[in-house]
Amino acid sequence: MKSCDRLVDAGRRSFLSGSATAALGGVAAATLPARPAAGTEPLARVTYPANRIGNVKDLKVDQPIDITYPDKESPGVLIKLGVKVEGGVGPDGDIVAFSTLCPHKGYPLRYVAEDKTLNCPAHYSRFDCELGGQEIWGHATQNLPKFHLSIDAKGDIHAEAVDELIYGRLSNVLRA
Amino acid sequence: MTYKRHVDRLPIPPKDAKVHNVVCHYCIVGCGYHALSWDVNKQGGTSAAQNAFGVDLGKQQDADAAGWFSPSMYNIVKQDGRDVHLVVMPDKACEVNSGLGSIRGSRIAELSHSAATGTQGQRLTAPLVYRYSGLVPTSWDDAFDLVAEVTRRVVEEQGEDGLIVSAFDHGGAGGGYENTWATGKLYFESMKVKNIRIHNRPAYNSEVHATRDMGVGELNNCYEDAELSDTIFAVGTNALETQTNYFLNHWVPNLRGTSAAKKKQQMADEPHEPARIVIVDPRRTVTVTACEIEAGKDRVLHLALNPGTDLVLFNALMTEIAAEGWVDRDFIQAHTAGYDEMLAANKVSIDEAVGITGLSADQIRKAAAWIAEPKAGKRRRTMFAYEKGLIWGNDNYRTNGALVNVALATGNVGRAGGGCVRMGGHQEGYVRPSDAHVGRPAAYVDQLIIAGKGGVHHIWACDHFKTTLNADQFRQAYKKRTDLVKYAMAAVPYGDREATIKAIMDAIRQGGLFSVDVDIVPTKISECAHVVLPAATSGEMNLTSMNGERRMRLTERYMDPPGQAKPDCLIVAGLAQALEKSWRAAGKPEIADKFKGYDWKSDEDAFMDGYHLHADGGEFVTYDRLRAMGTNGFQEPATAFQDGKIIGTKRLFADGKFKGKDGMAKFMATPWRGLQAEGKQAEKEKFPFLINNGRANHVWQSVYLDQYNEFVMDRFPLPFLEMHPDDMAGLGVGAGDLVEIYNDNGSTQAMVYPTPSAKPKQTFMLFAFPTGVQGNVVSKGVNEFIIPNYKQTWAAIRKITSAPEVTRHMSFKSQQQTVA
Repeated sequence: MKSCDRLVDAGRRSFLSGSATAALGGVAAATLPARPAAGTEPLARVTYPANRIGNVKDLKVDQPIDITYPDKESPGVLIKLGVKVEGGVGPDGDIVAFSTLCPHKGYPLRYVAEDKTLNCPAHYSRFDCELGGQEIWGHATQNLPKFHLSIDAKGDIHAEAVDELIYGRLSNVLRA
Repeated sequence: MTYKRHVDRLPIPPKDAKVHNVVCHYCIVGCGYHALSWDVNKQGGTSAAQNAFGVDLGKQQDADAAGWFSPSMYNIVKQDGRDVHLVVMPDKACEVNSGLGSIRGSRIAELSHSAATGTQGQRLTAPLVYRYSGLVPTSWDDAFDLVAEVTRRVVEEQGEDGLIVSAFDHGGAGGGYENTWATGKLYFESMKVKNIRIHNRPAYNSEVHATRDMGVGELNNCYEDAELSDTIFAVGTNALETQTNYFLNHWVPNLRGTSAAKKKQQMADEPHEPARIVIVDPRRTVTVTACEIEAGKDRVLHLALNPGTDLVLFNALMTEIAAEGWVDRDFIQAHTAGYDEMLAANKVSIDEAVGITGLSADQIRKAAAWIAEPKAGKRRRTMFAYEKGLIWGNDNYRTNGALVNVALATGNVGRAGGGCVRMGGHQEGYVRPSDAHVGRPAAYVDQLIIAGKGGVHHIWACDHFKTTLNADQFRQAYKKRTDLVKYAMAAVPYGDREATIKAIMDAIRQGGLFSVDVDIVPTKISECAHVVLPAATSGEMNLTSMNGERRMRLTERYMDPPGQAKPDCLIVAGLAQALEKSWRAAGKPEIADKFKGYDWKSDEDAFMDGYHLHADGGEFVTYDRLRAMGTNGFQEPATAFQDGKIIGTKRLFADGKFKGKDGMAKFMATPWRGLQAEGKQAEKEKFPFLINNGRANHVWQSVYLDQYNEFVMDRFPLPFLEMHPDDMAGLGVGAGDLVEIYNDNGSTQAMVYPTPSAKPKQTFMLFAFPTGVQGNVVSKGVNEFIIPNYKQTWAAIRKITSAPEVTRHMSFKSQQQTVA
């Protein structure tokens, strides 16, 4: 029973660390590569930076601010919609942020304030900013990547995660 | 909340990933893709040397990148019994799509069967038979034996007319040359089955009889012609949504003017401008808007005519073009017959046409000029493209003929920048033994079934309950007849084969129908079946087809079919062998011998027996040669094999030799006769709303795969009904409300999608949707060759309930961008 318990425990550690080699631990350590240094083990999901992308006081309704997230190669917009939406933050629950690379072919999306949509100039795709980036019509096979936001006591807005794969990268955080 | 996958990273294909040629098996365009696969326990790296793309994946890639794939292009599937990673992504080198992927084709991987990720868990994995009150798994031998024994007895009692067949006749998924040949061989060579119907339609017929009768095959140009034309004349085709990458990759460059260099190079002796486009469609589609964005409003003429009046418009254009002297006299003289008779028979004044079509005289004159007014003394090059607005609309035969008249009279067939072509739905893939015995008009099979005729029904990848006309009545009759057989089967022990067959035959004699369904997924009609046989689809077998410019390619087998599923052609072989055995055991060796010749072991065997031996130019085509031709393939017909390449044919009729008598094309008299199909005029007068219908960009065909795709079902859980806001106010309905659409043919349901650009009283419903079948309200009225008219349907509408839960997260904003 005791050795079984150890195996179960080793298995759990392996699962949590995402490293199959860890399960074998000391048994075969001599023939296996060294374990990664603590804190650098590969994880199941990418680790997103928490970046300040603006402040509540800088935002005006329907006047999007260009941002980048998770890094400067990934353009997006920060928008105060003027209407409370699911997933919106800020005092009015109306602040959202999206990637502006069209998830079809990577062309830059343009905000149309009249109906609060992001539109692709290349192939006519449209995404609804009030509904989490739902593709209203278009060629992309995913809805628009939305940046998850939080706001601190100073009103600074931070992007913290992305809910779909960003166009042009096979990992949302490059060189993770 | 809107569906999100929460995928933040995907596996990287290693440098040694296998690469297979793939042609998207959904629509007729046939975009080129590559299937990359590699062992599930391996992965590539971000450095250029470590991945299949040879690019640095540690960096953000640019627009149109060749090294990026979306989560929907990825899956884990079985390949030769092993789990592999699979990426199916557009091929930049394919001339058809140049790396573009549609919202449908870019989900090929996600719509594949995967035990690991659970996608398409609906796929059939074993033969099923009806026993103990349900469809349960059995062996192939048991299923074939039961089908053969019942089929043979029905044919003995009723003749071959007692066997009713529904079958694909096309390319792509649920078709292809291999499978179309196989089913054709079984039903047209081993047997002479007359009561056979195709795909959605209720008879064995062509949807473009007229153009063929005129000696002009309907797929006669190449996609490049759309880049070369002066004017595109588009009829009842919403190309941006239904032939997406043909439109984006070949129409748009000409509308934008970016194909100018190609025009100048290929046609140096004449002036060139960016294309103009005339769009004949009662509805303002996304195609109209996209054309206006690209070409400017002044180069787009949208003729939003009264529904079903296309024929009058074409005859008026013909009359006007002739009166202006804009016809191509040399071409008419050298290559056609019957011009003067046609012109006299079809004469329509502009005033008459204005009264019937609802268009203005200026619009009609402008369209005539855009089609045929010479440019600086040179003939204008106009490409004519038509699809279901014409094919599934009023008076199919004459309307098709009327359009071909205009194309021929202006010399626009067989020449660069011309063509008179159907746009198509599926790819094509037709090579079969002669169907001459079927006759013309062919039997109206749906009405035979409703009338209680026939005893056994073989179905190959057709779901009538979703796609046929008069679907409500058809389904009721079908269920009643197949239930008779089910009750009989349930009354005897299945293991007693003799008793089971006796029970089935007794039920058939009392009006029952024994139903055998071959498909890749359970369908609406398979709920009534007694035997269901699991088929493989494209990519799970080698499959050949041709696209809308007759471009033939081989999609290579890159994954295993689920469970015991196998290619249709090999199912045909098994069934034929079981029929041979049954007839021999019954003491009829002369009939049994007709079922010889099915000793195929593979899809390639069926291809060699069919296409290679029987297609025009088939002798030059083999799997090895096609494999080497990649996703570009060649354009049919093949004319030679030289220097390791199959030589094809860029345009048909380039030599001026048509398929009519003495190599001539023949004009057709096509006078107007109102709403042609029986009962349509009365229906129009009785019911207030036009229920126009068609497709949506998000879904492929009858939604048979998409119905289990979260991304699509999140967007359209129910079929939409586009409706003008004034009509909504009149009915007291809001966005997303569920309404009933009903008339004397039946009833169905849809959710309301507010559409300010819709004309009042003219709604548009998503066709062939499982959660609301538009065909339920389509009348049984057909043309003289049993072609349905889905488009001209009128009905009443009433509210069922306010927006149900599934529609509450949906966006009901306009699907179209605003034109500047």
